[in-house]
Amino acid sequence: MTDKTPHQLNTRRLLCPLPVIRTQEKIKELQAGDILEVTCTDPGALHDIPAWCRVHGHSITDTRQDDLDIIITIRVEE
Amino acid sequence: MTQTARPKKALPGQRKAVSLISGGLDSLLATKVIMDQGIHVEGINFFTGFCVEGHTHAIRKKDKQKEKRNNALWVAEQLGIKLHIIDISEDYKDIVLNPKHGYGSNLNPCLDCKIFMVNQAKAWSFMEENQFDFIITGEVVGQRPKSQRAETMPIIARESGAEDRLLRPLCAKHLPPTLPEREGWVDREKLFDFHGRNRKPQIALANELGFDEYSQPAGGCCFLTDENYSRKLADLWDARGERRYELDDIMLLKVGRHIRPNKNFKLIVSREEGENNFLSGYKREFTTVRPISHPGALALLDGTPTAEDLELAARIVGRYCKGRNEDTVTIQVDFKDGQGQVIETKPYPIGDIPKEWHV
Repeated sequence: MTDKTPHQLNTRRLLCPLPVIRTQEKIKELQAGDILEVTCTDPGALHDIPAWCRVHGHSITDTRQDDLDIIITIRVEE
Repeated sequence: MTQTARPKKALPGQRKAVSLISGGLDSLLATKVIMDQGIHVEGINFFTGFCVEGHTHAIRKKDKQKEKRNNALWVAEQLGIKLHIIDISEDYKDIVLNPKHGYGSNLNPCLDCKIFMVNQAKAWSFMEENQFDFIITGEVVGQRPKSQRAETMPIIARESGAEDRLLRPLCAKHLPPTLPEREGWVDREKLFDFHGRNRKPQIALANELGFDEYSQPAGGCCFLTDENYSRKLADLWDARGERRYELDDIMLLKVGRHIRPNKNFKLIVSREEGENNFLSGYKREFTTVRPISHPGALALLDGTPTAEDLELAARIVGRYCKGRNEDTVTIQVDFKDGQGQVIETKPYPIGDIPKEWHV
């Protein structure tokens, strides 16, 4: 398995669906196998970003909370 | 934790349609009906800034328990299709500010909005990397007083530029055959003749297609159809002396009590902890006013207040703190430039804030 440095996306203070839209735009620039860490503060993103990933076939590998930040890790698929 | 889905790809030679997905029942049904005819469908959903979904739930603590799902994404999952969410909030300003076909009962430019969205869907779907053949909407003739009438259906098709590549599966039999029907990509006989505001045909079709859960927003999915919201937007334009807005302006209209004692300033007073937290995020953009002698609401001050106005603002904020019945409360005013001021004042008496100050 390739060790990939995660790409970062800051969507703090944005309310859904903007974190999803920014994630969608960022993933367009990435390649299959890339890892993206999205940091958000809207709890709605915890539902919406995984839902968007499911319909587009990308994988959520981790979600975690760090104080007010929610960090969602995505592996970009084909 | 790994969650992977496998979205379907279009087969070689398969016709492709893009469907405007609002998250409601009609677009769900319209999409499913076309998918069942062997068409590859992907969804598109537009963010205008006025969408009801999400924001208020995200802000207000009392709504924290409510499910925060995005209905458009939920519909896409039920259908097993991709959903592309497009931010049109910047270009949408012109639709809100200068609607060619006018407003509905509030500041809702529904017909212009529909034309714009279909036009955006067309632009997106016919892009070289997308190459879709036609566009679907869940419109039903006679369902909406402004945008979904027999007279407006051809206007939307014509002015959006989609022309006869715009198919409304739920009411197609009331309309002339479109290109996908004439070319035999879809079978017109399997489309519908729904009409008017009666929802029974849609509910029956949902049952037939096996959908027992769906969203039916009573007031539509746009804040501009809301009388109170539209009044706040009109007040914003009136106070500024010009019709313009930024995204933060229209987000803030969804939050707190809006109190305008004078044309030159307005207070946005939080109603609970969730709103307090949300408004705190605007400390660099606005003067903030908050009680420090007692627990209470944070307020943003929008405008150019005089020293007298600041005293009045402090008294109003005092009315919304635990010291509202005290002779004196202490209010902290923090300006955008980092300067601060402490005001000792008597809270505005409960019930004495003139009704007309509440926007």
